[in-house]
Amino acid sequence: MTALVDLSRRPGGTFALFAVALLCLVAIAAPLIAPYGPNAIAPANRLMDPSLQHWLGTDHLGRDILSRLIFGARVALGISLSVIAISLTAGVILGIASALSPRAVDLAIVGIFDVVTSFPSIILALALVAVFGPGLGNVVLLVSIVFIPHFGRVARAQTIAIRNSPFIEAEKVLGAQSWRVILHHVTPNIIGPIFVLACMDIPVVITIEAGLSFLGLGVRPPLASWGNLLNDGYTYLDQSPWLATFSGLSLILATLGFALLGEALRDTIDPKLRRTL
Amino acid sequence: MTALTLKDAVIRYDRLTAVDGVSLELRRGETLGLVGESGCGKSSIARAIVGLQPLADGTLTIEGETLQEVSSQRKQALQRKIQLLFQDPAASLSPRMTVRSLLAEPLKIRGTYTPERWARILELAVSIGLGEQLLSRCPHQLSGGQARRVALVRALAAEPSIIVADEPTAGLDISVQGDLLNLLRALRDRLGLSYLLISHNLNVVGRVTDRVAVMYLGQIVESGPTAALFRAPAHPYTQALLSANLTLDASRRGERIVLSGELPSPSNPPSGCRFHKRCPFAQPKCSIDVPALQAGPGERSVACHFPLSTASVVTPQAIAG
Repeated sequence: MTALVDLSRRPGGTFALFAVALLCLVAIAAPLIAPYGPNAIAPANRLMDPSLQHWLGTDHLGRDILSRLIFGARVALGISLSVIAISLTAGVILGIASALSPRAVDLAIVGIFDVVTSFPSIILALALVAVFGPGLGNVVLLVSIVFIPHFGRVARAQTIAIRNSPFIEAEKVLGAQSWRVILHHVTPNIIGPIFVLACMDIPVVITIEAGLSFLGLGVRPPLASWGNLLNDGYTYLDQSPWLATFSGLSLILATLGFALLGEALRDTIDPKLRRTL
Repeated sequence: MTALTLKDAVIRYDRLTAVDGVSLELRRGETLGLVGESGCGKSSIARAIVGLQPLADGTLTIEGETLQEVSSQRKQALQRKIQLLFQDPAASLSPRMTVRSLLAEPLKIRGTYTPERWARILELAVSIGLGEQLLSRCPHQLSGGQARRVALVRALAAEPSIIVADEPTAGLDISVQGDLLNLLRALRDRLGLSYLLISHNLNVVGRVTDRVAVMYLGQIVESGPTAALFRAPAHPYTQALLSANLTLDASRRGERIVLSGELPSPSNPPSGCRFHKRCPFAQPKCSIDVPALQAGPGERSVACHFPLSTASVVTPQAIAG
């Protein structure tokens, strides 16, 4: 609770908490709060302006934009959280392994990280999806690969920083098994900055997914991804600006919210570390 | 009966030889002091004895079994009989664990956790002044003395026969120091432990050790029973070290012997006797021949070509309490 108060005191912290909470709430309660089905087609109502029936208007098939955006939040959050969960887990395992392994293994793992990070993430994701094919499962797995080095590098650097500290040596003197040292003593002490990184990477994943969907390589229509909506909106921009505008705004709200939350989190964690050490 | 024997130990960090041919013998039930200035290799020896630093040469024998000759499994079991009290106890406690889980860990590591054993550890913790209310705290919420006690209980929970204490009184004020030293002594007698006490605090060493070994630049220059050695040092370095010790008692304050020059780098030690460049009594021979550690009367040994007469009474400096 005090952590939340601390967070809200940071610049942008209140906004970030509000935006992220709203997004999560909307994503979880989508079927309850969406006024229409996300794929309910009504050709008679196509490309309508915002009105009392359709608060944000309708698209070229007469689907309610608000409902599609609400269900789009589910896709955005679902994909980004799965990607972060996969790449964080794999990255932390690889990073710790790398830091504690003999030099040759360490160099090999770092080399792979370097190769992956040498490409801009969106380009690499694009190339991988182009090779292995679009679709929800592929997008999640392939984008995860792109993000593994992010977490791997931080985990490796943090582990190197503490691997010779007295409390690790004390465990060795007591005769602790390696798995115990890694699980109980290394991981809890390196995970803080990695959570901050995860928070800051969520908006990046959301935009990459939206970008891939916009280009037709991500989530397949008619599933309502913000990228798909943006693409639809872009096609009919000259007839109705509403779809492109509102899907763009949702994207901005989500990315800004998570990015600011990550920054506020980093600021709150830092002084605490200084206080405890 | 010897608890631990270190023979001709050599410890190297890359090309730097921090410890060069040190032999030590720790008898069962005794407290052996190891003194010397910073950088002389005291802590390297402590780390080698508990297995954190490999020996480049030499052997380590624990209770009659030489580590270099037994299986790696047996080696682990033997190594566990020696526990180290770290110089900075707060840093030797995992920062995100509570005192409760820190104290339970030695049992869990060995897979011998039972409610009865845990109760015994709690009892020990309470008996040395760690109240139950401390159990849910994290290391950074402990005072220096409390952190030291937690580290001590952890070390004892591993049921060691030997404890290596690296500067056990560093960072504690005098009264807490005294309590801790009394506690260590009481525990030694109660649990039949042997101590290797590493310190540059001569008052502490003079008060609690039975025998003492003096190190200079990676080698032992003198060893013997503490009282005799402090009363009449045979090596000029020991004499200088003792004369530099602070004491409040003016009648015991002798003339301070100020050594010229700096501690030479262990990566390029002087020829002959390593101390000859700073020794007030150096002769030409000292820069050529390396003096060997020679056993003398009264269990004393000294590595000096021209040892000071141990018969002459030099004002004792550091025998306090």
